[in-house]
Parts: sequence; C-alpha cells; structure tokens
Amino acid sequence: MEWLLSKIQGEKSHRFLLTYEQQKKWLGFLFSVPALVLLFTFLILPVGLAFVYSFMEYNMLNPQGKTFTGFNNYARLFNDAIFFTALKNTLYFTVLVVPLQCAVALGLAILVNKKVKTAVIGRVFFFSPVVTSMVVVAILWTFLYNVDSGLINSALNFFGIPDQPFLLSEGQAMNSIIFMSVWQGAGFQMMIFLAGLKEVPETLYEAADIDGANVWQKFLNVTLPSLKNVTGFVLMITTIQAFRLFVQPYIMTNGGPSDSTKTLVFMLYENGFQFRDVGYSSAIAVVFFLVVLSISLILKKVLNQ
Amino acid sequence: MSVSWKKRVNKIGISIVIVLLGLLFISPLLWMVVASIKPETLIFKDMGLQSFLPKQATFDNYLAILFTDSVNFLKYLWNSLFSVGMIVLLGTIVNSLCAYALVKLKFPGSGFILVVIIALYVVPFESVLIPLYVVVNSFGWINEFPSLIVPFIAEAFSIFLFIQFFKGIPNELEEAAQIDGANPLQVFLRIVVPNSKPVFATAAILSFVTHWSDFMWPLIVATDDSIRTVQVGIQYLFTDNNIEYGQIMAALTLTTIPVVLIFIFFQRYYVQGVTSSGVKG
Repeated sequence: MEWLLSKIQGEKSHRFLLTYEQQKKWLGFLFSVPALVLLFTFLILPVGLAFVYSFMEYNMLNPQGKTFTGFNNYARLFNDAIFFTALKNTLYFTVLVVPLQCAVALGLAILVNKKVKTAVIGRVFFFSPVVTSMVVVAILWTFLYNVDSGLINSALNFFGIPDQPFLLSEGQAMNSIIFMSVWQGAGFQMMIFLAGLKEVPETLYEAADIDGANVWQKFLNVTLPSLKNVTGFVLMITTIQAFRLFVQPYIMTNGGPSDSTKTLVFMLYENGFQFRDVGYSSAIAVVFFLVVLSISLILKKVLNQ
Repeated sequence: MSVSWKKRVNKIGISIVIVLLGLLFISPLLWMVVASIKPETLIFKDMGLQSFLPKQATFDNYLAILFTDSVNFLKYLWNSLFSVGMIVLLGTIVNSLCAYALVKLKFPGSGFILVVIIALYVVPFESVLIPLYVVVNSFGWINEFPSLIVPFIAEAFSIFLFIQFFKGIPNELEEAAQIDGANPLQVFLRIVVPNSKPVFATAAILSFVTHWSDFMWPLIVATDDSIRTVQVGIQYLFTDNNIEYGQIMAALTLTTIPVVLIFIFFQRYYVQGVTSSGVKG
C-alpha cells in the first residue's frame, strides 16, 4: 500500500497537502469499490433483471427456452383469482396489524417511560419477542394455537370459552397470525416511541398540569403532537414490514386453509421456487415492489402534511 | 402530603401493571423454555399454570437434539454462526470503508453514489429474490457457503449508519494526522475507527440479529442438509414426525440463545440501532 501510494503521489510533488488531495480521490474510489461492486451485482442488477424477466417466458426447469412475451405475465396475473386473494389477504393483514401494533407499542412505551423501578424489566420483557426470530415464534405459536392441547385454548376454557379452531379455520387463521405478529413486533416500535418520548420536554407536561389537564387531555394535546414525526416513521416501517408477510403463513398454515392466509410474497415464493416459473414470479415481484413503493410514497405525502 | 401519597399509590399501581403485563408478554417464551426441560409425556399433559412449572427437570431433550447422530442440529447452529459471522466481519469492513470514502474523501462522483445508496434502501428484499437466485446460481453457489454470505456483505442501511456517525467526527482530527504524514488509510485506521466504536458495535449487532433470523433466502439456496442454517433447520425438524416435541422446544431455545446473549450484553448498542434510524431520519 505504501509503495502504491508513493507511485500515486509521484516523485515530483513535494507539497504534502496537495498530494493528500490526490490520494483522497484515488483511495476514495478504491475504498468504495468493494461495496459498490457487491451492491451492483446483488441488488441493482437483480432489480433490473426482475423487470426484464417479468416480460419473459422463463422457467428454471427449461432455462434455454427464454423468450420475450411482452405483457403476457401481467395479463395472466390480472386474470389470476389467486393473485386477488393474495392481494386481499395482504391488505387485510396490513390494515389490521399496523394500527394494532402501533397502538400497543405506543401504550407500552408510555408505560415503560414512567419513572418506576420496574420500567426496565418491562422494557426487557416487552422487547424479548422481538429478539426471538419469526421462525421460532411461528413454530412456538403453532403449538400454542393447537386445538386440543394448546395453551391458549386451555386458558380460554378456564374462562368458560369453548375450544377455538384458530389456524385450522378459514375465518380465524389470519386473525390468529395477526394477533401473534402484534405480540412479536410491538416491542420494536415501542423502543422507537420510547426514544421519541424521551425528547418531549418535561415543561410541556408541567404547563398542562397548571392548566388542569387530565391524563387523557395530556396524551391528546402534548404526547401525540410531540410524537408526530416518530409516529409517521413507525407507521411507514410497520406498513412495509406488514406487506412482506411470509414466514408466518409458510410455517403455520402453508397459506391455507383454502388460501385464506396466502399472501403476495407467499405467491411469489410458490411460483418462483415450487413451480420454478421465473417469468411469472418476476411479474409478481414487480407488482409487489410497485405497490410497496407507492404506499410508502403516499404515506410520506400524507404524513408530511 | 396527600398529593405525594396519591403519587406513591399511583407508582405502585403502575409498577404492578408493568410486571403483570410483562409476565403475560413473555409467557409464551417462558413456556418454551420450561417445556424444553420437561419429559415428553408432561409437556401437553400439564395445563394452566402448571405448564409453567417443571416438576421434573431434565436435559435429555437438549442432549438428544444436539448429540443424536440422525439429527444435525449442531451442524445447523454452526452453519448459521459461520455464515452470519462472516457477513458481520466482512460487512463491517466493506461498509465502513465505503462510508468513510463517501463522507471524508469525497472523490468525483461520491455525491451521486450516496444518492443511489439511499435509494437502494427502499427496495424490499422479496422483490429481488428470484433474479438474485438466478445470479447466485450462475456463479454455481447454490448449496455453497458464498450464497449465504456474499450477497449480504454490502448493505445500504449499514453504509447509511456509518455515514451518519462519520459526519460527526471533526475534520481537525484528521488534519492533525495528515500533517504528521498519515495517508487516508492510516487516518481511517488510527483516527476514524478508534473514535467510532459505538457505530461499529451497532452495525455489527444489527447485522448479526437480522441475518441470524433470515429464513426465506436460506430456505431456497441452502437445501442441502450439510449447509442448512438453523432457522431452516428448526422448520425442518418441526415438520419431521419422528422428532419429539420436547426436543423441538430445546431446539427453539438453543436457536434463540445467541441473540438473547447479544441483547443482554450489548443492549445499549442494539437499542441504538433500532432507534437511530427512526428518530433522526
């Protein structure tokens, strides 16, 4: 490296600062090359390929038979009933999980922001499902949701409620996944809300106290407005996260019963890696990407106002 | 006096609510750990509160899952530790160097590259899943370790974290080293790295936790038993009818332990990683 540098610097230059500027150019380029090459190969190129493949008939079982077929894959997609089921399921999950998870997270954050000794324990307990991987959580809750021997039904029985089918029923499977997902993820948003709450000046609450505001009024008029930016950010990441739903249905229900938990990403996976249909799967990926992108742009617009 | 008395009652009430709610929150995880040290016959026989109390504790489930010849769980754990360890090690080097170059060395074109990297952050991984598979397959990496490691070394978010931190390091420090005759690489190693330990810790931990939990990608590129990662491995055990429930619980617990250890020992940096993106951005 030293040798290379002396070459770059050249023998004629004696003014050190100038050569350091030259070094900056060369080494700056050199230092960023590994990351840029990797990002290009494994992210930028695949994004481009997804678009290209989406206009192709391309099956991994027959890689020689690649042909451009225009909008065929998209036409097929918009005539595929499963696509609309998957889209509906994904939207249903998102619309329920986002407000629920954010509300629970905000409630927990306010609770553990109180100056009591158990607040630290609370933070650790509420956050612990987040550090547990989704695969572990999904397997664990499949046992908990078990109809005959699951802990949840035995708890419900205790309160006189009869056994519920949970994951085995078309009507309850997605709701069961939603409940579990809120439990698993709320601690994450709680931490972000908590950081936001710490920034709210104490004087605002004191002023509200002087005005005789009650707990609810303080929440509405001090806490919520102060958390506006944080809430916007949390809503955004939770929405995008929700759209990516895959692990839970894959492990707990395999998309069933009768496609009631089949999501966009599940469909993408199924077509890509079970049917090996790269073209069709890429079309799903492009639609998925555009939906996520437009939702984040819309959310950004709405939240900025 | 009555006001402060009321405050104390309030505080005690809140403390109790936090503890009860907290216990309810971790009860599924508690049940998992307790079931893992129970004899098989008792796991679903014990109901209600009893299911949280191991009257007979045994480590047989752990011994079975780790040391039975037909189950390769120990191998899965190692595969995950190795591949995630490599991602963390190589990723921190590559991403921090790139961030340093973009922020402090400002070569021609660095501004444009910065914009591209930030834009890449919005691409959801799922939308490149299939073409990424095609690319990795064309390198002949399916069922080889590079498929689990190389695509995840460079990470837009990690570069972004480093950039935010490096911006805060005063240029005077670097200039002083320059005058002493240091070149940009020496400035990076002697000035920037020692002054940026927190962001290195945050980036490394975040990367470890994220990739330790990865499921979808290993599911498709690591189908061979010899390279299978722990998350795919437990899913595989879960669907295997010959494995007892207690052993699955032991496997789930073992899968969670590395991340829990990191969380306990590096809590500050981890939480910083979770929140830094949110509050500042």
